[in-house]
Amino acid sequence: MSVTDAATDAFASGRAWRLHPQVALRDEAFGALAYHYGNRRLVFLKSRTLVDVVSALHEYPSADDALDALVPEAQRPAYCQALSRLAASEVIDAR
Amino acid sequence: MPAETSTVAPLPLKEQFTRGLDAPICLTWELTYACNLACVHCLSSSGRHDPRELSPAEARRIVDDLVDMRVFYVNVGGGEPMLRPDFFDLVSYAVERRVGVKFSTNGTRLTAARAQTLAALDYLDVQISIDGATAVTNDAVRGAGSFDAARQAMDNLAAAGFGPFKISVVVTRQNVEEIDALAAMADSYGAQLRLTRLRPSGRGVDTWEALHPTAEQQRRLYHWLVERPGVLTGDSFFHLSALGQPLEGLNLCGAGRVVCLIDPVGDVYACPFVIDRQFLAGNVRDRGGFPGVWRESPLFTSLREPQSAGACASCGSFDACRGGCMAAKFFTGLPLDGPDPECVHGHGEEALAAVAARGDRPRAALGHSKVRPDGTPVPVPTPVRLRPAGRA
Repeated sequence: MSVTDAATDAFASGRAWRLHPQVALRDEAFGALAYHYGNRRLVFLKSRTLVDVVSALHEYPSADDALDALVPEAQRPAYCQALSRLAASEVIDAR
Repeated sequence: MPAETSTVAPLPLKEQFTRGLDAPICLTWELTYACNLACVHCLSSSGRHDPRELSPAEARRIVDDLVDMRVFYVNVGGGEPMLRPDFFDLVSYAVERRVGVKFSTNGTRLTAARAQTLAALDYLDVQISIDGATAVTNDAVRGAGSFDAARQAMDNLAAAGFGPFKISVVVTRQNVEEIDALAAMADSYGAQLRLTRLRPSGRGVDTWEALHPTAEQQRRLYHWLVERPGVLTGDSFFHLSALGQPLEGLNLCGAGRVVCLIDPVGDVYACPFVIDRQFLAGNVRDRGGFPGVWRESPLFTSLREPQSAGACASCGSFDACRGGCMAAKFFTGLPLDGPDPECVHGHGEEALAAVAARGDRPRAALGHSKVRPDGTPVPVPTPVRLRPAGRA
């Protein structure tokens, strides 16, 4: 299931996001498994930091704010891209 | 399994999986060996109910274990799972606890009324097995009348508003030529097409040679799949990834590492395609139950250790196909650390010829196949008794 460029472009990091209510996370050594009970997609979150960001999104007014608080500056663009892919597969949704 | 990754710093995730997880990502659970069909390629040699099958209470305990282990969903099969008297109770028990159920059925018991019951359940997926776009192709493998029964089940699901169910096809030399018609059948229902690889397991030991797709058909299938990433494959064609870009999925053998099989009597095997003593890890009735078997069985521990690439070590495609399917090798008499019998570079055919020359081809175990009073197997395919639609 590839993520289209259009979906990536559409990610609004300035908006408020949250872990999708139908998604369950299972912690693993590499990060976490995420399973969406609605669309039945299984997604691998391949870093602990990404799991922390996804789990805390609902506490911040925007995805950018969450990234500022939890991710070293140099890595933020990569994490923003990771979030955009997670938005495309509905692991996170706008609130 | 459908999967995608989200990463920042690429980590060797594949390596993590080959070393095994504390709990399976998903597993196959066959509920009964009873079946009213007798498909010639049945990977579990099903037919007769086994008196040792798990009781309803034991089955619910497995669901409780899966909840504790945080397993998101289970692939339910058989035999024909709908023949189990507590089928609906068990499915409800699982989905109420957020253990999703994806179950495969031949459709013969999927009446209009039962379709409505299924449509009312969350976290439930249904896969109707059909092995051809025509009755002639399908019934040669699954038995007379089985095509019409499967189509009736699909009609019943559609009428009940079940939503996008799955049409599950084991790809053979015969039905691969009908693959576009099968895709059109799925489209006509708004269903998803799911193609899986024919394994020489169970009764398939004896029929694989006649049924498995030719090398040329496999090449065409690979390109067909590359163009259709929405077609589900259960990650079963990863041996074809040696032909070019990897197919969708993990592209590795997850046996005993991220997947396993619980059979109807509670035996735990490394995967659904290796029902053989050599791949038996334990039983859910053992002390420690299923979690104990998963975490501590010597077999699974050894599968999670680095495996030798053997004869495939010098092949440039090894990273893509990882030597292919353990079950396919085992049941064709090939060494586990060598090429897959359907190796896209033809190394499997050479190895198979050597096995044939030695007369070492494994024979099919009768398993739970139906037998005559004198102990000989009932010939397959057998005619199917169809139930009128609409009757529960």
